[in-house]
Amino acid sequence: MLISYQKKNKKKHHHLISSQLHSSLQKELLQFLLECCVGAAEPFYHPRRPHEVFLNPFCRPACQHRCKTRSASSQVYSAVQSVVGSLHMAHTEWKDAPGLPDFSLLKRLARDQLIFLLEQLPGKKDLFIDADLMSPLDRIANVTILKQHEVDKLYKVELKPIVSSSDQLCFLIRPRIQTVKWISDLVNADKVAGRFRRYKIIFTPQKFYACETVLEEQGVYGDVTTDEWNFYILPLDDDILSLELPEFFRDNFLEGDQRWVTTAGSALRLLQSVYGSFSKVYGIGRCAKMVYESWRELMEDGEQRTRQPEFAKVFLVDRDVDFVTPLCSQVVYEGLVDDLFRIKCGSVEFGPDVTSSDKSIKVMLNSQDKVFSEIRNEHFSNVFGFLSQKAKNLQTAYDKRRGMDIQQMKAFVADELKGLKQEHRLLSLHIGASESMMKKKTKQDFQELLKTEHSLLEGFEIRECITYIEEHINRQVSMIDSLRLLCLLSITENGLLSKDYRSLKAQYLQSYGIEHLLTFANLRQLGLLEEQQAGETLTVMESKVGKLVNDKTVGKLTDAFSSLAKKSNFRALSKRLALVPKSGEEYDLRVPRDMAYVFSGAYIPLSCKLIEQVLERDGWTGMEEVTRMLNGQEFAVTGGSSSSEARSKTDAQRIVLVMFLGGCTFSEISALRFLGKERGCRFIVVTTAITNSSRLLEALLDNSA
Amino acid sequence: VSRAKPEDDEYWNSSKFKAFTFDDDDDEFSRLKESKRAVNSILVDDDDDEEEEDGVERVSWSGEPVGSVQSFPYSLLLSLLSVLHLDAHQFLFVCRHLLVGEGNRLHDLSPEETVRRMQKGRAFSLEKFRSLQDKLLLLDEAVAVYDGNLITAVLIYLKKSLSKEILFRELMARDVALRHYVHYLKEMGEQKLLVELMKALGRTEDMALMQYKEHLNIKDEGQRRDFLKSCLGLPFSQDDATHVQDHYTLLERQIIIEADAEIFKKFPRKASILNMPIITTLYYSCFYHYGESEGTYSSPENIRKTFRISEKQYILTALGARAKLKSWFDVDSLFNTKNWLGYTKKRSPIGFHRVVDILQKNSAPVNVLQEYVNLIDSPELKLSVALKYKCHDIVINTYRDLKDRQELVVYREKLERDSPEYRKIQELLNNVQIRWKN
Repeated sequence: MLISYQKKNKKKHHHLISSQLHSSLQKELLQFLLECCVGAAEPFYHPRRPHEVFLNPFCRPACQHRCKTRSASSQVYSAVQSVVGSLHMAHTEWKDAPGLPDFSLLKRLARDQLIFLLEQLPGKKDLFIDADLMSPLDRIANVTILKQHEVDKLYKVELKPIVSSSDQLCFLIRPRIQTVKWISDLVNADKVAGRFRRYKIIFTPQKFYACETVLEEQGVYGDVTTDEWNFYILPLDDDILSLELPEFFRDNFLEGDQRWVTTAGSALRLLQSVYGSFSKVYGIGRCAKMVYESWRELMEDGEQRTRQPEFAKVFLVDRDVDFVTPLCSQVVYEGLVDDLFRIKCGSVEFGPDVTSSDKSIKVMLNSQDKVFSEIRNEHFSNVFGFLSQKAKNLQTAYDKRRGMDIQQMKAFVADELKGLKQEHRLLSLHIGASESMMKKKTKQDFQELLKTEHSLLEGFEIRECITYIEEHINRQVSMIDSLRLLCLLSITENGLLSKDYRSLKAQYLQSYGIEHLLTFANLRQLGLLEEQQAGETLTVMESKVGKLVNDKTVGKLTDAFSSLAKKSNFRALSKRLALVPKSGEEYDLRVPRDMAYVFSGAYIPLSCKLIEQVLERDGWTGMEEVTRMLNGQEFAVTGGSSSSEARSKTDAQRIVLVMFLGGCTFSEISALRFLGKERGCRFIVVTTAITNSSRLLEALLDNSA
Repeated sequence: VSRAKPEDDEYWNSSKFKAFTFDDDDDEFSRLKESKRAVNSILVDDDDDEEEEDGVERVSWSGEPVGSVQSFPYSLLLSLLSVLHLDAHQFLFVCRHLLVGEGNRLHDLSPEETVRRMQKGRAFSLEKFRSLQDKLLLLDEAVAVYDGNLITAVLIYLKKSLSKEILFRELMARDVALRHYVHYLKEMGEQKLLVELMKALGRTEDMALMQYKEHLNIKDEGQRRDFLKSCLGLPFSQDDATHVQDHYTLLERQIIIEADAEIFKKFPRKASILNMPIITTLYYSCFYHYGESEGTYSSPENIRKTFRISEKQYILTALGARAKLKSWFDVDSLFNTKNWLGYTKKRSPIGFHRVVDILQKNSAPVNVLQEYVNLIDSPELKLSVALKYKCHDIVINTYRDLKDRQELVVYREKLERDSPEYRKIQELLNNVQIRWKN
């Protein structure tokens, strides 16, 4: 790829170089290009600062000149940026739908930085890895790579005493106080036992002062040294990038801890420096606003990029803007697989019931899987038909063998058989998965559950819904599903009537454990499950207070009360944005007409509808009422990208980056893919983690130590 | 690239400067006054260059910074070296004074500058913020840049350097900082301080819940029970107070029931009842202690009364337990109600289709199942349940009553030839007295 590109564009770059560069630097750039040409280039980035990707190794000799020709050095920098940028763009063909940037580069950057960090630690060492980092790490660097860098044994962090004979221990962890405390205990235990070891903590994606303070307080600061692996983004697929930070949701929205705001900003900055700047940024939500500010600050610190952007528009959205969507049962294939089998880091483990053997199989689910990529966005009801058609085609392809002569047979085996066998394997896996999902869903009376959800979304027969939920609780079936229905009821109805709230809560505690008192407190704080504040009570309180204190205080108090009674306004929003199609209309799920197909035609995901509307209007104008009901915090900013003028109509303008802060569901991704197809654009989803109703609610449980 | 390699290594890994020691004699110092001044003047506007060089502190295994001149551009030093004609010895001296200068400089930074340094991961010092006003300015600055990491860092410093009364008072007016502080204390497990904080803030319900949460950390059930008892006086909301009271009573009962383990010789059980929810306890009681008099703690009636369990809930649970044991007689009597004339009639607070579901899941025989399917009110629902669970008689009778000949023909095909059901349909179809609608 590099070579072919180079031949094509050599001239252009020579021109670029001579026009921009100080002559003494020209030579170095040429050499760099030459090395790119023959494919012998070292990782060309600064290992410690991955967001400044293309500085190294090139910038190091340049550094020496910096004191006299600082400006020259930045010229080198931007020249290299544009060179590499076009290198990288060269292989993306633009046709009707814009192609997507190659995100595998992000993996390579992360891997190289990790290797760099490991190389800083000479000698054999045992590596302890946080459990939830194992899968992401696996996508970046396999065991062989770790072994090559003198990692002896690998352990999972279990917060228990360790058995390791190594003299050097390295811990690759998320910056969590609990883990750091555990490490401190290990070190202190070693000290007591008179054992000498070296300890290194590599925090990823960054370290926190609070963690270092723990080391200090435990008296092991200095015995343990720390480092950072700035592994911000894991590409899960061509169009899905994940920060793999599920705790973002609880930390930010429940605890009100903004520790990940900068992380999200840094992730955007990383994307920006690798793939080009953005011309327009939209967003909604408190966290979105903060992330944008943090990102802007980082941009100001960095140097101005003048490269042509690969995606021009960015949309930031807080998860708490739309809680309804992630609480709905998913019925699109990929979402359903996630709900039932839990897709972890782009891979799923199918048990014996799917594989129809006694073994479980781990399968990567992404666009590489030709069968999966065709059904992932389909409504589940279409999947069976599709799979059986596929099976027939496969049979026909196999049948071609009949009546072949030797030569043809040879060609068949050489060219086609392998592909067919691969397809065969995938096909039987997905058929097995579909069967297993059907069975599970029939067992839990899925139809009735869906009916209740749809009634709630529509605001229809609420009493019946409450009875259904009550029975669901009484039967002690799925604790999470009961909670999910309660939350859905509360959000769609702007809170529960006091009587209902008390009775349902009491029954819930009886069925699933009284310690869920704490869970209810959390849900209440988040506004997910609330008791309606009677309108009168509020005014009575206000007038009483009004007699006692002056007007100014009353104003404040009223604010406090109204924030307490903060409403989800779902019904009004739904009406305004036409989220729920009129009932009675036929909806052909095989030929979806809008994004509602991801929920059987019953509901258009609010988050996706907002994105659609804002992109259409190029801002929030005309949506004042909607944003007011969403508690404001919306913004639209034209970015500082200077390249917008001439190229504003390029393909890049048709690639939109959507960042979900607090997680996004596969249903939303499917809906955006659909929207993209309709509008001739492509969406790239950046999310703090993939979520679904179970993950979302589990993050809010407080029923165990 | 290979050309650049040796320099790279030296640049990043060399630690020889640091390891070097030298005499600190005045003579040398005076000789270098000039260079120090020069160096200091450079430091004033070093921000841009610094960025390239010291964004990160490099440390090796031993934890020593690699390349000790952190905040100073290496290239600049090299040129200085040549300008001032210094040898390595003298050069080190400059370095050391540079670092001292750096230290002083950190102490002169404004809250804003300090926060910016923290943001960039550079060396910083908070110790110079001694007046309350400065401390709060620092905190507000951290909040203003939205960086939770920094907010917590500042809070950790304030926690160490302010009395908790003052800190609490100031946090009251600073919601964002307060939430960071609460979260930090939670993560650090500083329960006592947290409770004090909640109390000081007047958030008594939160305080009560926070204390109640502690029970989750107590493994021993006796201790847990005692702890729950101690929670009873906490200022919960009215509803929650009832729930916590229930929690205590429940565990107390469970401990008593658990001690009476005689019964399991007959029915070995899978798990202990301790710490199970109320309904599970009720189920257990319906399973092992059914029919005991209301006076015993373990009897279903007692549990039902104590925890104010609704009739619907009670029937559901008892039904599940008795059906599991295949005591169809008990199941039957659950739904029997006598009216004042002494007739028995079957009534259920839950739909009979639900009852059928539960019976079927416990593999009730067809005759039992049929009885309850027949009790379903709605004819459509009755038919669909009968179809689902293959209650042939009911299906056939329903079609007969609907005079639906076609459905009967269709249904016949699903049956085994010459089975009694098959023959029954056959007879019906041959019956000329029925006036079919189709």
